[in-house]
Amino acid sequence: MKVIILIFVILSGGLLIYGTMDMPAWGDPQSPANSYVSPRYIEEAYAKTETPNIVSAVLADYRGYDTMGETTVIFTAALVCAFLLRKNSDEDEDKS
Amino acid sequence: MLTTVYENLIVQTVCRIMVPFIQIYALYVIAHGHYSPGGGFQGGVILTASLALIFLAFGQGAVTRRINRRLAVILASAGVFIYAGIGLLCLLLGGNFLDYAQLAKILGVTIPRARSLGILGVEVGVGLAVMAAMYSIILDIAGSPAKPETKSRPISENKP
Repeated sequence: MKVIILIFVILSGGLLIYGTMDMPAWGDPQSPANSYVSPRYIEEAYAKTETPNIVSAVLADYRGYDTMGETTVIFTAALVCAFLLRKNSDEDEDKS
Repeated sequence: MLTTVYENLIVQTVCRIMVPFIQIYALYVIAHGHYSPGGGFQGGVILTASLALIFLAFGQGAVTRRINRRLAVILASAGVFIYAGIGLLCLLLGGNFLDYAQLAKILGVTIPRARSLGILGVEVGVGLAVMAAMYSIILDIAGSPAKPETKSRPISENKP
């Protein structure tokens, strides 16, 4: 059984490495990621959002959904900690 | 857990001096996110760091007296609500969700300015949510002050 698992791991790993062969070179200016939206952000971000920090403009405006999800993740982490670790919260409230 | 407070004059005095500056810096990081690296996440964590410093130097009661556990969760919810509320406001004004350009209709400013203010609004929401969530996690991991132990200690000392 372990041999079969090993074969599958090696096969899938080799498949992933083979898949990276087709990826554009690191930092290639002609790659799709660098030729589609990035120049638009760099050229238009200040004119359209009056935010000199392009990172902030992309983070909170162009990719606002993403950042809202991140905030929700942190909020969920706090909620889970509260549900799992907090005990006798009513007694605590009396004390604090 | 962590109920004993070692009253150290040097630590407490340094903490008392440092905390206002840390909090001012955190607010600066949040508000200056438009112009420099920073924003809601970083500023919120720095705010939590100031609260954690008070926690370590003065004990749990010193921070829970100001922001208790329930208020921490309420503030975290309020932060997420501010973010989602701005998005819903844009939706109500006739745009897409989180389309800050629609805020220009009620703020009375140009569209780029409205998008800038929309970014500031969500950064404030993120900062509030991160601050309260991290603070709540710190309180939960530290545990509640052991009530019977603290109460029984003076009694046991009185008995003999």
